[in-house]
Amino acid sequence: MNDTICAISTSLGIGAISIVRVSGNEAINIVNKIFSINLSDKESHTIHYGHIIDNNKVIDEVLVMLMRAPKTYTTEDTIEINCHGGISTTNKILELLINNGARLAEPGEFTKRAFLNGRINLLEAESVNDLIVAKTDAARTLAINNVDGILTKKIKKLREKIVKILSNIEVNIDYPEYTDEVEVTHELLNKHLKEISKELTKLVDGAKNGRIIKEGINIAIIGKPNVGKSSILNFLIDEEKAIVTNIPGTTRDIVEGSITLNGVALNFIDTAGIRETDDLVEKIGVDKSKSIAKNADIILFVLNNNEEISEEELEIMGNLDKNKLIIFVNKSDLKKKIHLGNISQEIIFGNTITENGLDNLLEKIKEKLKLDSIVNKDMSYLSNIRQITLVNKANEAIKNASKSLKKEMPIDMIEIDLKNAWEYLGEIIGEAYEDELVDNIFSNFCLGK
Amino acid sequence: MITMYDCIVVGGGHAGIEACHIAAKMGKKTLLVTANYKNVGDMPCNPSIGGTAKGIIVREVDALGGLMGHIADISQIQIKMLNNSKGPAVRSLRCQADKMIYPRNMQETLKTIKNLEIKEAMIEDLIVENNEVLGVITKDNEKIYSKTVILTTGTYLKGNILIGSENTPSGPHGEERSNYLSDRLKEYGLKIIRLKTGTPQRIKKDSIDFSVLKKEEGDKCFWTFSFDYEPNYKIEDQVPCYLVYTNELTHQIIKDNLKKSAMYGGYATGVGPRYCPSIEDKIVRFSDKERHQLFLEPESLYYDEYYLQGFSTSMPRDVQEKMVHSLKGLENAVITKYAYAIEYDAIDPLQIKPSLENKILKNLFTAGQINGTSGYEEAAGQGIVAGINAVLKIDNKEPFILKRSDAYIGVLIDDLVTKGTIEPYRMLTSRAEFRLLLRGDNADLRLREYGYKIGTINENQYKKLQMKKEKIARLIENLKDNHISKNNETKKIFNENNINIPTSNISYYELLKRPEVNIKFIEKLIPIEYNEEVKEQVEIMVKYEGYIKKAYKEVEKLIKLEEKEIPEDIDYKKIKNLASEARQKLEKIRPKTIAQATRISGVNPVDISVLSVYLKKEYNHE
Repeated sequence: MNDTICAISTSLGIGAISIVRVSGNEAINIVNKIFSINLSDKESHTIHYGHIIDNNKVIDEVLVMLMRAPKTYTTEDTIEINCHGGISTTNKILELLINNGARLAEPGEFTKRAFLNGRINLLEAESVNDLIVAKTDAARTLAINNVDGILTKKIKKLREKIVKILSNIEVNIDYPEYTDEVEVTHELLNKHLKEISKELTKLVDGAKNGRIIKEGINIAIIGKPNVGKSSILNFLIDEEKAIVTNIPGTTRDIVEGSITLNGVALNFIDTAGIRETDDLVEKIGVDKSKSIAKNADIILFVLNNNEEISEEELEIMGNLDKNKLIIFVNKSDLKKKIHLGNISQEIIFGNTITENGLDNLLEKIKEKLKLDSIVNKDMSYLSNIRQITLVNKANEAIKNASKSLKKEMPIDMIEIDLKNAWEYLGEIIGEAYEDELVDNIFSNFCLGK
Repeated sequence: MITMYDCIVVGGGHAGIEACHIAAKMGKKTLLVTANYKNVGDMPCNPSIGGTAKGIIVREVDALGGLMGHIADISQIQIKMLNNSKGPAVRSLRCQADKMIYPRNMQETLKTIKNLEIKEAMIEDLIVENNEVLGVITKDNEKIYSKTVILTTGTYLKGNILIGSENTPSGPHGEERSNYLSDRLKEYGLKIIRLKTGTPQRIKKDSIDFSVLKKEEGDKCFWTFSFDYEPNYKIEDQVPCYLVYTNELTHQIIKDNLKKSAMYGGYATGVGPRYCPSIEDKIVRFSDKERHQLFLEPESLYYDEYYLQGFSTSMPRDVQEKMVHSLKGLENAVITKYAYAIEYDAIDPLQIKPSLENKILKNLFTAGQINGTSGYEEAAGQGIVAGINAVLKIDNKEPFILKRSDAYIGVLIDDLVTKGTIEPYRMLTSRAEFRLLLRGDNADLRLREYGYKIGTINENQYKKLQMKKEKIARLIENLKDNHISKNNETKKIFNENNINIPTSNISYYELLKRPEVNIKFIEKLIPIEYNEEVKEQVEIMVKYEGYIKKAYKEVEKLIKLEEKEIPEDIDYKKIKNLASEARQKLEKIRPKTIAQATRISGVNPVDISVLSVYLKKEYNHE
């Protein structure tokens, strides 16, 4: 029962900080895997400053509270990670915890554990149950709203495909002498696995768009000092009309402001203090530009029309993901001194004085994200961590199946992974009844005495 | 003077045999009551024992000290390891058992069992006081007292044989049925369900043209179900089965006469099993299939009949004649017994505890078809558990409950008592989520320890088991400790077997993990002094280690939930916040553990949360 659970404990949204809570036997070990400081030898009830790290990349600068059992809310080892309020950062941390072995908590589960572990007084039991039921209802409504018809259909179709293969394999196993039935061979299974994996990958890719609808797009503006980043930001945000959350500070990934474009929130991330006039592009450095690239959906690289492009600018530009990059040459009202011979990408010219070219920039952002198609076309996106985690797990299982296939494992072994994938997908749409497989065998195959 | 038995078993089929044998073996004064002594151990349907999943159950029965495995071994006329080319988890033994010899061997064996008496009588009622069963009452109104009663009545409870529009009250092959027992059970408060099964035609051997049929032969190597005896038969003496196909004409005859069948004519009420459809069912439901596969299986070396597997039907006799004669090779076939469907009463298995004791009537146990299952092996598996638990009940001990991760028998009983059934339940490998652990090859390793503790496995058998375990551990250690050396001779062996020599000096254990390497190859590199059983076990454990470990992790989770018992006196009405469907199901099924509760359809995770919070509050439940 005491597996390790995690959840975002603060309400999601744009707040100054968010808290991600982890509880269970493995809490410390799991956090150790993603935190810059090893907590194993640290005292209970202490706070630690450090970074959340994923594959050597800094995700966030955080404060971590270590509370060892039993004096904690759940009476289990508990860790609370105080991170910066952006939704994407908080979700990323949650995802990392899940990938490292924690399980997303059920609604009310921290409180349930607190009760089951004797932390909460018996009289409160009923209210604990009320809470669990209420939270579950809320989550269910949310889940129903999130899983819309098209997505459900897609997952159902995929599950149908998998269950057909599964029942065919089962029939081969349970009725080995019925040679009239199709035999699922390694070759046939390989073909099926490839198709399924392709579909799952599509779903996960779609998931990225789903998150965009819910949480918005993160745009980072980078460029040398005095290149006009602030003015561009101000123009885009249009401070007088847009709601701007301005959290001054020195930290990364604070949402500087956000606007709604075609119904999608564009969050401008203050990756390196765009507003600080003395900020130098040198300070950003090549390494940092890489980490910015990872966290932003779009990078707006601003150049100066009136200056020759520098080596550093070229180097940074070269390290950025071309798909995310928009190059904007500012100060088009001044004399053109810039030389762009080697840059193959489309470049937008404009300036914030006459506001020339800025509409083109907005169009370019829209185009880059295919905003129209995201919003208008297919709404079948996975939109929360739970769903994404499950699809990823399903995809992982299919990959394991392919691996075992290469190792020439027997079909019935490979089937274990395939079955797992099928079960994970069932969890997403909450529709896995136990005898589904057996029923399918009998409705699709004709066997017996 | 009134004789008082410890245990009375009603019915001498495969469930009853295992139940009475194990109770007597455990030292209890046991009585087997059968309507007809010559039918003890009878095989009224197919002439085979074992098969996919079922063969593993037979080995489990053997591992727990039961009879079926060994009796099948000494009665078989053909034996085969099914799925031998697939993974170890789905391999399963099946034999063609001689229908004359099997019951005879069984009866001979039962005669030798101490503490066991056998009596011929038809039981029509139970002695019941305050919901407690005190014994049985025969048709002649004789009362026999006992501390426990095990009902293994098969298809005899109000059995009805259906052939076309004919409906004859009868047990299998014309035996006398029990007319009143199921009504009595109903009066005592049990819910009775009606089920149906069927059996195909028997064909006279010399009327079959075998020359046009494909032979299906037994394996060319030795196998036994039992862990206790060495194989003792001649491979070349095995008798073949034959493959037959239906054709367009057969299908047309069936379609033309559909209304005449008991099922489609509306003459039957019972629910038949989906995995064992009648031929008319197959034709109707799978109308685009051009042919269906049938098997001719020898019934016995001592009489000339073949069993036509796959052709069960409730058509009238004249239509059956036409159907059979439409088959290639059977144009001139003489039908010695017509196919029939049989309907019978069973009890709703949701009224049974995992120990197989009845929830309503104390000291009453049931096993086999009366619990809604089908198959000799499924019956035997329940029989042995019912017998053991009757004895444990008398001795005031905790019941013996096999978990889903312990045995197919555990899966079978858990499915029955948790989900119930509306059709005769047949075991399938796909029903066992831990089938990788529940293999035929390791049934002894899984279960003999339990048997020893209960007292159904003796000192010698236990010693043998310990030795086997030790040898397995030692061989694994050896493979880990020794590394391949790349001398010329080794290289030669690798080359000769078309296996690439590893780049580094890996251990034999690592080497065995490679897909192209098996233990036989390893033996060419280093001598292994252990027997085949041990080598097979090690090969499986090493090769599939990753999958096996994963499965054990899942088992661990399950076991934690299995340990959370739900008190028998829990009042589900008192639990606020339970969804009403969950409340109803929980009240009806009354699961024994939280794990079992999670398997009930309609009981959601949130209900489980609510339930565990309530248990903590009311019972300070951990």
